[in-house]
Amino acid sequence: MRVVYILWLREVKKYLRSRTQIVASLGSPIMYLGVLGFGLGPVFQRAGEGSYLQFMAPGVIGMTVLFSSMFGGIALLWDRQFGFLKETLVAPVPRLWIMAGRTLGGATVATFQGLLIFAVSLVAGFRPVSVWALPAALGVLVLTAVVFAALGTAIGSTLKDMQGFQLVMNFMVMPIFFLSGALYPLANLPKALAVLTRVDPLTYGVDGVRGALSGITHFGISWDFGALAFVAVLLLGVGAWRFSKIEI
Amino acid sequence: MIKVENLVKRFGELTAVDDVSFEVRRGEVFAFLGPNGAGKTTTIKMLTTLLRPTSGRVELDGLDPVAKRDEVRKRFGVVFQDPSLDQELTAWENMEIHGVLYGVPRKVRRERAEELLKLFELWERRDALVKTFSGGMRRRLEIARGLLHTPKVLFLDEPTLGLDPQSRNQMWTHVKKLNVSDQVTVFLTTHYMDEAERVADRISVIDHGRIVATGSPAELKERTQTDSLEGAFLALTGTTIRDETAGSADAMRQMARMWSGRQK
Repeated sequence: MRVVYILWLREVKKYLRSRTQIVASLGSPIMYLGVLGFGLGPVFQRAGEGSYLQFMAPGVIGMTVLFSSMFGGIALLWDRQFGFLKETLVAPVPRLWIMAGRTLGGATVATFQGLLIFAVSLVAGFRPVSVWALPAALGVLVLTAVVFAALGTAIGSTLKDMQGFQLVMNFMVMPIFFLSGALYPLANLPKALAVLTRVDPLTYGVDGVRGALSGITHFGISWDFGALAFVAVLLLGVGAWRFSKIEI
Repeated sequence: MIKVENLVKRFGELTAVDDVSFEVRRGEVFAFLGPNGAGKTTTIKMLTTLLRPTSGRVELDGLDPVAKRDEVRKRFGVVFQDPSLDQELTAWENMEIHGVLYGVPRKVRRERAEELLKLFELWERRDALVKTFSGGMRRRLEIARGLLHTPKVLFLDEPTLGLDPQSRNQMWTHVKKLNVSDQVTVFLTTHYMDEAERVADRISVIDHGRIVATGSPAELKERTQTDSLEGAFLALTGTTIRDETAGSADAMRQMARMWSGRQK
């Protein structure tokens, strides 16, 4: 247990020390909030859907969690070749603990990032429907972070070099984001898109946060919770399995 | 301390280690000397439980690294060819994590970490981030860390690669000192002849995955009728240059060097 804790602590410490990285990682979410949020606002309003900022802020929070947790996991690839991972892999402890410490640390960092963007969106004018919804939103965020940190770990353990990283960005991270309904409502979508959005785990993360904070939900928060928990367990399993196969 | 019999490792078609046998005695400094791609790192990986041998027997302190993996891991410390420190953490934190990973009790952990950091002349810099350290300091920290859990064997895989002569000299002085005072068996690989000659009690020259000769530096020189170990080495391994095929790890290594250079 101490092993899991110290590896978790390592991730959190490193995050808190990397001020520039924190600021840099806030760039694109702020762009989305500011430019898309206000740019598409009038159209959204005219379509009779209410405030676009209210609608998309939870989506941008979800996006932040997605990027941050996936990056954390994929950084493993680098770490295993030239970094600290090797040190942990020759230690006399089960790999499962190492994977758990890392993944939970990454998920914690991603959740922090999500909360930061939540704060930024408050400044931009986003208003949660009630204070009581906050714990539920946090719960969904944490689960979302675990899902993608585990997915990132699985990918990071599998990739062989940095070229694969670009592939994952373009064919995995971006589609997960765009198919999640972070930017558009899930109702009345074309059939193919509707199906794709429903297999995207981030859809449930965004829908859950949106349900809690803005009171707009497509599936219902408890369904979102269930779907995320299921995928989290599944991906933690896959991540642990891939991680146990790492050869250095 | 280490006993290897008929060790073989194949990667598909390629035989990286081909029927290697040797023995390392307790308290000895033993060097694997060989050109690039000779199988040095692959052998170390098998001895340190990171790779499974294709066939043959390996014993470390009487234990089989495959069957008794965690027991074996507690008995050795290792410094890899590529750095494995966490650069975003301080020297002290790197030591702390290592201690926890190896289950060293808190009190012992702190005392020993202090002792080792002082010995390796890093105590004053213990709270500085590792990324601010020079190459030599990083290497010393890695060795200090590898010794934290009082291992019986210390593996050093080309530990002086890229270090200036001063740092190399200082590093070996420390390693020698520990070898004598703590009776730590040292297994090192290098392709610097002078280094092997200076620190090693016995040397195995390895080439194309096979051991060509084993003996003390003096014995090797005598056998090949040469007056320097470099001459003996070239006599044993020939003068052709080895062209290793560069894998993805090499490409990344290059990139890592580029980036770490830029950060300074």
